[in-house]
Amino acid sequence: MSNTDVVITGIGATTPLGPDVTSTWDGLLAGRSGVRALDADWAETYDLPVRIGATLAEEPTEKIPRVRARRLDRCEQVALIAAWQAWEDAGFSLPSDDGEDVEPERLGVSIGTGIGGPVTLLEQDDNLEQHGMRKVSPLTVPMLMPNGPAAHVGIELRARAGVHSPASACASGAEGIAKAYDMIRSGRADVVVAGGAEACIHPITIAGFAQARTVSTRNDDPEHASRPFDVDRDGFVLGEGAGVMVLESAAHAEARGARVYGKVAGTGITSDAYHITGNHPEGIGQIAAMRQAIEQAGITARDVGHVNAHATSTVVGDVGEAAAIQQALGDHPVVTAPKSALGHLVGGAGAVEGIATLLAIYHGVVPMTLNLGELDPKVELDVVAGEPRKMELSAAISNSFGFGGHNTALLFTTP
Amino acid sequence: MADKTELLTGLAEIVEEVAGVAKDDVTAEKSFVDDLDIDSLSMVEIAVQAEDRFGVKIPDDELANLKTVGDAVDYVAANSK
Repeated sequence: MSNTDVVITGIGATTPLGPDVTSTWDGLLAGRSGVRALDADWAETYDLPVRIGATLAEEPTEKIPRVRARRLDRCEQVALIAAWQAWEDAGFSLPSDDGEDVEPERLGVSIGTGIGGPVTLLEQDDNLEQHGMRKVSPLTVPMLMPNGPAAHVGIELRARAGVHSPASACASGAEGIAKAYDMIRSGRADVVVAGGAEACIHPITIAGFAQARTVSTRNDDPEHASRPFDVDRDGFVLGEGAGVMVLESAAHAEARGARVYGKVAGTGITSDAYHITGNHPEGIGQIAAMRQAIEQAGITARDVGHVNAHATSTVVGDVGEAAAIQQALGDHPVVTAPKSALGHLVGGAGAVEGIATLLAIYHGVVPMTLNLGELDPKVELDVVAGEPRKMELSAAISNSFGFGGHNTALLFTTP
Repeated sequence: MADKTELLTGLAEIVEEVAGVAKDDVTAEKSFVDDLDIDSLSMVEIAVQAEDRFGVKIPDDELANLKTVGDAVDYVAANSK
């Protein structure tokens, strides 16, 4: 790896709080919740214990024309929408017959997803069972494959320096950004469109998570269901959405006079090697990931003023992470848990929350954690509650952890 | 044998539904691939819908020979029940 600085020049998102970054960020600062009652009839049909979710604020088909949308799984749709926004935000135009704003051989994509297109798989299985083989769409495989979101973005933006799709469950979006950082530092690309996407709200995923006892059943009170670090938390709320950043070598960004939000100054990726769903009781992997990111950035724990926690609102996970933050960084970082408002976007989470972390530094304000009625006494951290906290920040970490024991820490700094 | 004008109208509706090409642009001399920019995946969908609508079988090796919209209309006209 070289010492190439990697900056962020564009951001895009579509989330339960809004159809773009501005509305999502404003929603976080205003304390809005993206969690609502699911209106799908299947919750009743299957007698599911969970009838809430953080569904998208705007249907993707509002932005993607009908014929194109029917060729894309919903997960691919949200990735494409977030990528369009980030690309335009970076000051680039879409490729045309006249050429490209970024040389294709120097442009990469790294967009992760937890599970890709299970909804397509299940719909096409219904077609097969009910109507036979002829009614199975020829687009079944490209719509269900987990590299689909990244591949569609790569085709759209004409990226030929490699298209990647990390799959590390709820850490996929963060790992997408970490991979992009490596691609630029290793010299493989000048610009990488990076992030994560997920859209898998379906009876089978809800039933599966419910059987694993990981999701909130606070059905009568959706807005208060996701309550990371609160004593009354009872699991996460499944959400959907995507976040995408344009990462660029500092030299490339400077040469074109791009607006720079901040830097990816370091990343940490570790694995617990412990349990397929549970985190290591001593948090060794989480601690190591945060320390790696700091070391790579060449700063000290003291410099990290803010942590955007993974904190999903599960009983065990939240206190585990709180202890890990304390051990890796100390008591000083100001912590927030945006899943309280966004729900858990699975593969999209790390990317959307990475954007929130970056904007906290850029705007000098940390959004509050919603529903923090009483902080769990085992959480000995300064968690922002009630209202956003204005503060000057030079460095902040976004944590993302996933089933499988994946731990990713992204360290953002001012340019 | 079905009326070719009706077949063309019906086929144009399918092409519009599947591939988003305005049905007025779907004329007999147009090539599916070169003029209408329809890929092999969409051609499969169009063939399945045409089979259902016109009561005709379009085997894969025949489908490969249907280069233009006119080819498809002629094939359906000759083979529909």
